[in-house]
Amino acid sequence: MTNPETVSVSSDSSNEETPLLKIRNLEVGFETQRGLVPAVRGVDLTLYQGQTLAIVGESGSGKSTTAQAVIGLLPGAGKVSGGSIEFEGHDLTQFSDAQFAEVRGSQIGYVPQDPMSNLNPVWSIGFQVEEAIKANGIAQGKEARQRTIEVLQEAGLSDASERLKQFPHQFSGGMRQRVLIGIGLSARPKLLIADEPTSALDVTVQRQILDHLQTLTRDYGTSVLFITHDLGLAAERAEQLVVMYKGKVVESGPSRAILENPQHPYTQRLVAAAPSLASRRIQSIKSAKSTDDSVRIFGEGSLDEALIARAATREASADEDLIKVSNITKVYEIRKQGFRKDKLLAVNDISFGVKKGTTTALVGESGSGKSTVAKLILQLESLTSGNIEFDGKNLAGIKGQELLEFRRRVQPVFQDPYGSLDPQYSVGNTIAEPLLAHKLGTAKERYNRVSELLDQVSLPQAARHRYPGELSGGQRQRVAIARALALKPEVLVLDEAVSALDVLVQGQVLNLLTELQTELELTYLFITHDLAVVRLVADNVCVMQGGRIVEAASTDEVFENSSNPYTQELLEAIPGANITLGA
Amino acid sequence: MLWYAGKRFLQMIPVFFGATFLIYFMVFAVPGDPIAALYGDHPPAPGVIEAVRAEYNLDKPFIVQYLLYIGGLFQGDLGTTFSGRPVIDVMAQAFPITARLALLALAIEAFFGIIVGLVAGLRKGKLFDASALVISLLLISVPTFVVGFVLQYVFGIQLGWARTTVSGAAPWGELILPAIVLASVSFAYIVRLTRASVADNLGADFVRTATAKGLSRRRVVTVHVLRNSLVPVVTYLGVDIGSLMVGAIVTEGIFNINGVGGTVYRAIRLGEGPTVVSFVAVMVIIFVLANLLVDLLYAALDPRIRYAK
Repeated sequence: MTNPETVSVSSDSSNEETPLLKIRNLEVGFETQRGLVPAVRGVDLTLYQGQTLAIVGESGSGKSTTAQAVIGLLPGAGKVSGGSIEFEGHDLTQFSDAQFAEVRGSQIGYVPQDPMSNLNPVWSIGFQVEEAIKANGIAQGKEARQRTIEVLQEAGLSDASERLKQFPHQFSGGMRQRVLIGIGLSARPKLLIADEPTSALDVTVQRQILDHLQTLTRDYGTSVLFITHDLGLAAERAEQLVVMYKGKVVESGPSRAILENPQHPYTQRLVAAAPSLASRRIQSIKSAKSTDDSVRIFGEGSLDEALIARAATREASADEDLIKVSNITKVYEIRKQGFRKDKLLAVNDISFGVKKGTTTALVGESGSGKSTVAKLILQLESLTSGNIEFDGKNLAGIKGQELLEFRRRVQPVFQDPYGSLDPQYSVGNTIAEPLLAHKLGTAKERYNRVSELLDQVSLPQAARHRYPGELSGGQRQRVAIARALALKPEVLVLDEAVSALDVLVQGQVLNLLTELQTELELTYLFITHDLAVVRLVADNVCVMQGGRIVEAASTDEVFENSSNPYTQELLEAIPGANITLGA
Repeated sequence: MLWYAGKRFLQMIPVFFGATFLIYFMVFAVPGDPIAALYGDHPPAPGVIEAVRAEYNLDKPFIVQYLLYIGGLFQGDLGTTFSGRPVIDVMAQAFPITARLALLALAIEAFFGIIVGLVAGLRKGKLFDASALVISLLLISVPTFVVGFVLQYVFGIQLGWARTTVSGAAPWGELILPAIVLASVSFAYIVRLTRASVADNLGADFVRTATAKGLSRRRVVTVHVLRNSLVPVVTYLGVDIGSLMVGAIVTEGIFNINGVGGTVYRAIRLGEGPTVVSFVAVMVIIFVLANLLVDLLYAALDPRIRYAK
């Protein structure tokens, strides 16, 4: 790799001040049995008072490790092996545990990635906030309780006083993230480290939370070190960008400059792959209104031309509906106290059709019922009312041989590539399992079919003997796709199949899916919360909210002239959507 | 919570009848004639066996025997042993001793097990941890009676700190050594369970967040690691209450304690239906109650587990 270009991250006006955070030649490694494995290799960055700086990179790039080194929270085997981290002139790498305890919380706040796992499930919300306030000497006793309520209210929990005694599981993901932001800012630290603070949240919630975080840190004059894998998000939220790749800084500078004119090939790939930006690119290519500038910004270094070409030429085919969903409703009964039950209307009287060879996207936030629709179509849940037809045949009461045949033709791919593969099964066995279940072919034929499938999903033949634990997230999802394709199905139901993947990997998997669709004439039902991804792959879109379809149209129509307010809200929430084109 | 506890109490009714019925049936199905066996090689005068059988209702069909037993139960009559002692007297003598022994063992294994497990978990991979793992493995693999004899020899005979056998009334003090023996295997399991759980929780995201808040290490460990780590340990302890009551048989043998284990063992050998069934029924109830206690403790330790009121 070439030597990283060193670009000063300071703006002209602040050149005179001492920086709040100055990282020089930082090296962090993880001790393993084979010696020290470097994770961060010579990182430089400078952050001034009141600035927001984003570190962008894929998983394994060392961006989180850098942030953890700053606050002294490297996991067990991690160790700073060189360089310095100066915070207000003190070198944090020389700090003892006790000194760090002084700085954490009060000087440097921390907002973690996953709100689901970052609050202790056995203590109440109030307890966990109050604890931070007391530990940092902000207030004690009754005053601390009062301050807790204020902190939570500032973080956007208006009914904080009533909810102090509730536990994390009684809060939604977005609410928990607000609590964590409240904790991070409770002692008014000078620096806030936000490590992918919203990547686990729905887009609209993500937007609200980031807006709120931005307001708070601006009001308090807090500097923010923002860690993210989404370049669009970073560019929208931070003035300064540092792009990391394999433990090194490959590019740094003002966000707009990097976005408009990425220098390093890796940055160019990131700009190309960010779905938020790629969807803008398609938009600008397709839209007659687009200016030359926007084409230039978003057309840079595109690696996924095939994907864009396919998306750009997409026409709804005129065939019959392969899947036809008519007025389906699903009611779940939720057990309440005693013998009483509550009814939850998960899917409320929806109808849509999926034409052969096309991709229909079901878009919505968590709780919108989109995954329930997938389960209903896959015959994994029973309908409360309505009809689902597949290839002209009603699926009601289907069983035995017919159900088996239906399952052969309609296969699912699920979200979590870590949870959906059996860790005890080799890749070869995993892919061959559907063939065994359907008693297809001899051992030799199955062996050959697995080879063929590995080729189709671009995995090396040697992968056959490996286990899921040895594969990356993207590779695992390829295995899951290969398994789904084993029976030569006609339909794939992709339930958030790319949501858990890094942008670059996501781009690759989407490319793969597009190629397979052309090659094998597949029909996709694509379930996602990410409209940016929809733009890349879908022909038709159904936007779901609260169990209903609020808008159903072709992808072009949805993106170009949607009249539905909820769809517009979702569109606006796509990170990077607010970056003005060609200013 | 009250509603939940009430429901669980009601569930005990079918469990009680099912368990007693099954056990009664099994005792009944054991081959051989218990009365004939009582007399060994010297058969009594003809007619005596018949009379004794009739006295214990052994001449009646199985289901009648069971119903008679249950009928007696509701009048406070648990039947008599073959030696003519009311079963309830035997229970009143045996249960308190075993209960004392089991409670002592439970306290020892919980207290020391959790402390050793916590320290080992915090120092994973260090010397203390390695020693704790080796010792616990040793305790698990060596049979209880070996541990028993060794401790009896060292503390009872060589050092003279404790009595090698326990007197009839079995006061608390004399039960400490037997309780240590009885607790040894469970102690080892608790050490391992706590250690794994603590090590696991130390890596949890919320522990990192707690540290990031600026809390001291001590507070992070006691408030955020320990409480979360106790849930699996409590489960184990709950199940263990039952096994300690029943499993005391070997320990009771070594230290010559006149508790439940020995009594039931003798009753089974003699085929004394009412004695066996009464003892086992009480144990079943203890098991069920211990499980209920564990479930309620769960809710106290982990608010995510909530029960319908």
